[in-house]
Amino acid sequence: MSASAGAAREKGTMVRVPLRDIVLARSGDKGNNCDISVFAPDERVYEHLVKVLTPDVVKAHFGHWVQGPVERFEVPNVLALKFVCHEALGGGASSSLRLDNLGKCFGPGLLRLEIDFPADLLPGGDDE
Amino acid sequence: MKQVKIGAGQGFYGDIIEPALDLAENTDVQYLAFDTLAELTLAILQKDRQKDPSLGYTKDITRTARTLLPYVHEKGIKLITNAGGLNPEGARREVMRVAKELGITGIKVGVAIGDDLFHRLDELERAGVDLSDTDTGRPLEEVRDRLLFASAYLGARPIVEALEQGADVVITGRTTDTAQFLAPAVFELGWRWDDWDKLAQGLVLGHLMECSGQVTGGNFSGDWWNIEDLDRIGYPLAEVSEDGSFVITKAPGTGGRVSVDTVREQLLYEIHDPRRYITPDAIVDLTTVRLEDDGPDRVKVSGAKGSPAPPTLKAIMGYSNGFMGMGMVGFSWPNALSKAKRAADIVRKQADRMGIQYEEFSADFLGVNALHGPAAPILDEDFINEVFLRVTIRTKDRAEAEKIGRLLPPLVLNGPPGVAMMPFAARPRELIGLWSFLVPRELIESQVRVSVEEVR
Repeated sequence: MSASAGAAREKGTMVRVPLRDIVLARSGDKGNNCDISVFAPDERVYEHLVKVLTPDVVKAHFGHWVQGPVERFEVPNVLALKFVCHEALGGGASSSLRLDNLGKCFGPGLLRLEIDFPADLLPGGDDE
Repeated sequence: MKQVKIGAGQGFYGDIIEPALDLAENTDVQYLAFDTLAELTLAILQKDRQKDPSLGYTKDITRTARTLLPYVHEKGIKLITNAGGLNPEGARREVMRVAKELGITGIKVGVAIGDDLFHRLDELERAGVDLSDTDTGRPLEEVRDRLLFASAYLGARPIVEALEQGADVVITGRTTDTAQFLAPAVFELGWRWDDWDKLAQGLVLGHLMECSGQVTGGNFSGDWWNIEDLDRIGYPLAEVSEDGSFVITKAPGTGGRVSVDTVREQLLYEIHDPRRYITPDAIVDLTTVRLEDDGPDRVKVSGAKGSPAPPTLKAIMGYSNGFMGMGMVGFSWPNALSKAKRAADIVRKQADRMGIQYEEFSADFLGVNALHGPAAPILDEDFINEVFLRVTIRTKDRAEAEKIGRLLPPLVLNGPPGVAMMPFAARPRELIGLWSFLVPRELIESQVRVSVEEVR
């Protein structure tokens, strides 16, 4: 399933992994803002995401599509990070020229992002 | 412990009706709640109302009534909907008309009005309300002559009032998405209006259910390929207990899935600060919510913390914000992307030479980066089988917008080779800008009126 599944799994080894292999993500719109929720499978992955998945990383990933700042909220009870991307929809659903004027493809788009990830936390890693 | 069963019938204007019918027919659901109003929906309804003053409600209420009134009559199921839009009285007349057509009498249809602020803006301004846009701070004068609608978001109270007056069907205008679901819980379980934690649970319930199939396996980012029978997806059914906790499930025999994952994806959907989800009925802290697996297609939800409702209500307005013109054309391998880019360049130069008055010109390459923009990697062109070019412009008036589509058909003969042309020049679409402001709630609530009429 993972492109990196064959990578070394020793403790401490970091691999580059797309978020697609690790998390769930759903996105939507509110005016001209797009919000993306990212859900970790367990607490250790969540703690790692808190460290590496910063607002700056998310903003850089979407480039000029996100004109304003990106805010991040931690939601540990459901192992989630919520990103609110300001001025990200080309004027907002009903004013935007974008094909994805409702921002529903930002979640899938974020799944492309590659992060440094501890090999032993990979799905099918040494815990399972 | 006392319980009430509430089902979701609709997540937007245009949703399917079969899942609501599944719930009515095959479960012991007591209330079906329908959220029909997105921000844009009110703009659509305003245009309907301009053409015909008897309209201004979501027209699918006719089908909803025809399909479900027999269950209201025979099983005592109650319907709650904000399908009234900009004309709740008009929606009631339609529901009562359908009831008579079906030969159903004796049912009561309640309506709440008072959310429509379109003709109250001067009065609100005189009362000291700041009508500037809360997001941008822009003064209302910039868009005042282009306003299409203005509505305040009402909470669950007027719906509960209609239920107290014996309504079997409750129709409102712009009540919040969550209010339709909170109201029956408050009414049946006797929750107090200052029991913030219970209200918070009811609001979480509403939030989870307002987008219908999105909590039962639709739009699920996990192993969507394993979710069965999405062609007959079940919409959520909640078993709500007196203490506020509830279980989300769906009708037996329907497709889709209810799991902790499908529920948590929806829990945070289109929320800003999860610690402060602001509604007219309470402010909810979603970071305290607990989700537990409660068996196949069952998830238990508890633990939401609420704090007092805000002293203001949010109002939303829409204004005409120009037009979008669009045209589309496809290019085949080899070099499909290069061809599409060249075509975009041709169209832009021609548009400029013709003097088309646009404020924004955009070229998207469907199949390449139209959905992910800068986040999409650049592909080796040899692996791209085909690309559709979509050209859009933003203009002040409709006639200018229309011009762009006409520049595409000549590309078949005059542009790069290998064009697929189902001449796709869309009719210009009016763009709607949104505007919000806050109003002291007593200025709104003092004008809310609830009435109930019986079909005879």
